[in-house]
Amino acid sequence: MTSKDPENQETEDLIQDEEERVSVPQSPQGPTETIEVPRYWSIVGKQFRRSWLNRIGLWIILATALIAIFAPFLANGVPVYVRYQSKVYFPILNTIWPIKKLNLYPEMRDVDFKSLEKKGADVRYTFVPYSPNDYDLNSILLPPDEYHWLGTDEQGRDVLCRMIHGARISLSVGLVAVLLYTVIGIGIGAVMGYFGGFADMAFSRLIEVTICFPTFFLILTLLSVFGPSIYNIMLVIGLTGWPGIARLVRGEFLKLRNQDFIVACESQGMSHTRTIFRHILPNAFAPVMVSSTFGIASAILVESSLSFLGFGVQPPTPSWGDLLNQSRDFIDIAWWLTIFPGVAIFLTVTSYNLVGEGLRDAIDPKMRKG
Amino acid sequence: MTTYLIKRLLAIIPTLLGITLITFFFIKLAPGNPVSLKMQGGEALKAGQITQESMDRMLRLYGLKVDLPPAYENFISQATIKIHGSDPKDKPFWTRKALFWLGQNAIQYKTWIVGLAHGDFGISFKDRRPVSVKIKEALPITLTLNLIELLIVYFISIPLGVFSAVRGESLLDKIIMLFLFLLYSLPDFWIAVLLIMYFAGGDHFSWFPLSGFQSEGAETYPFFMWLGNVAWHLVLPVTVMVYGSFAFLSRFARSSMLEVIKQDYIRTAKAKGLPMRTVVWRHGFRNSLIPLLTLMGTLLPSLIGGSVIIEQIFSIPGMGKLAFESALARDYPTVMAIATITCALTLISLLLGDLAYVWADPRITFEARGEK
Repeated sequence: MTSKDPENQETEDLIQDEEERVSVPQSPQGPTETIEVPRYWSIVGKQFRRSWLNRIGLWIILATALIAIFAPFLANGVPVYVRYQSKVYFPILNTIWPIKKLNLYPEMRDVDFKSLEKKGADVRYTFVPYSPNDYDLNSILLPPDEYHWLGTDEQGRDVLCRMIHGARISLSVGLVAVLLYTVIGIGIGAVMGYFGGFADMAFSRLIEVTICFPTFFLILTLLSVFGPSIYNIMLVIGLTGWPGIARLVRGEFLKLRNQDFIVACESQGMSHTRTIFRHILPNAFAPVMVSSTFGIASAILVESSLSFLGFGVQPPTPSWGDLLNQSRDFIDIAWWLTIFPGVAIFLTVTSYNLVGEGLRDAIDPKMRKG
Repeated sequence: MTTYLIKRLLAIIPTLLGITLITFFFIKLAPGNPVSLKMQGGEALKAGQITQESMDRMLRLYGLKVDLPPAYENFISQATIKIHGSDPKDKPFWTRKALFWLGQNAIQYKTWIVGLAHGDFGISFKDRRPVSVKIKEALPITLTLNLIELLIVYFISIPLGVFSAVRGESLLDKIIMLFLFLLYSLPDFWIAVLLIMYFAGGDHFSWFPLSGFQSEGAETYPFFMWLGNVAWHLVLPVTVMVYGSFAFLSRFARSSMLEVIKQDYIRTAKAKGLPMRTVVWRHGFRNSLIPLLTLMGTLLPSLIGGSVIIEQIFSIPGMGKLAFESALARDYPTVMAIATITCALTLISLLLGDLAYVWADPRITFEARGEK
């Protein structure tokens, strides 16, 4: 849309209005008054919140996201607050700021806080006063107790702390990978559905080829070839997952392409980009969102399976799958190493699946109640 | 219908060629080759422990380096000179490198595809055994595992799904569905580890063996003892494989049955006094089959592809494990063979799925509109 013609702008606004509001003329001469019809997403939200399962799922997702974001504040071997010789420090900030030169408290770097405490300093820790890689050979393979809530592993590292930091890896892999393939899928699907013809045929063949490979095996092969790392996992899941989204978007575009409001866009001489992104895509977005939510669940599963096979993050960086992989050697003697990371994966995956299901039902007009 | 079938079967060939071509060039693009892998990633070459010549000789032995036809060599130097002005052999430009690589792999692909046309998958780089023998060893194991799984899954989950749909929205239905939902989200490798922990060789119950497809020397057992031995080994892996697809399939069966039950003709069938069993199975079930058949099409390739992770955890020497290990060792012939077989089967099963549609719903035809 390049022209700034005011008349043109007005018609466009009218078209948008039609989708959101219904204008009811009060009297033939008087000003028109508009009645707000509830917006699409507020209807969906209302439907979604109806089920307590959906709400629980959403809360778990939020909680895990917060845990992942604030992991260094929740579990850190460096104290939050130190008061020593009448000066107050917040040494935890040093660990969050990765560049050593710019540390806020250079004098608090590489300090033994235990001896500082003996010297009479007031030292306060977070909830889990361990760092993910703090090993302590005096307390290996301890079952859950009051100091290590979920026990310790074979190097005396705190399991709870490693799980909190592992959430960062697992969740970010899921989110980034799915975001990547959703964007690719929307792009390709939009081109296929909107333009049709040669583009549609060429990409259809490409999709056919891509779905011929068992996904997990494809991912595994790619990783064994390009080397295991968390970025490669994101990339590989992202590059293999798009066909599903592309087919979905293509279908939605085919459905919408010939509808009146799109014809109206065309007749105004609107550019393809604007028609696609402003007018078709918002209407095709809901099913994509459902699919992506399920996608996150399966991406988290794939990441943890890969880490479990030793193709994920490299030690000592913790991830849930990697914790499970390492627990295999101690399976007979240390149940806590196996149970807790598994439960974490299970809860996260379940909640994403729950939310996906809830969303799917909420956007489906046939399922709508009340 | 016959014309359609022939058309579809013929269409498989170009798709398959395309897939193998892409796969072939793709695995060749990957850094490292079996020779350099054996030489510790080229470290030995850099350290001067082996010469470039012996490296080349090994590559030739594996068929990874071939002589280009002189005409193509000419073309390379001409193209390079045209773009860069000169064509030094000791410090090649990217044009030369790319064209050389392309020519090399095109010839190798041709050799491979000619071999394939003769039914020859080549010889494994890893242990110099024919790839077809390796696949013949692994395939029956994966097939057994997956067929048992499929049978169990279909026999339990579809009746369960239908039952749940008929009870629609009752408390029992809700409980079953929630339970299945939770099952569906359980990570399979975790369950595998837990099962091993509690039921195999641990402190708890040592009921089942830790790993493998059969005991050592079980081939010499009498038939029924051998069968029992295999069954004993497969209990845990099959359990792990079943529960996920089981949950998925029952939910699927339920939702497609629910769609059907709302239809008018079901009400008619009930109204005319047919027994519930006839209404559900003869009128409802057959119409709810279509989505299930689509699913069947996607399930077939996994019969062959195997479940990498399950075979890996339980050390079952099936296709999944073979594929995994071959990919790690850059065993190109084996990887190519597995990819080709899997893709061919996927294409065929997609076709079978389409044919099954026609069987389940005679209204569907694949003839173009107008001709009949």
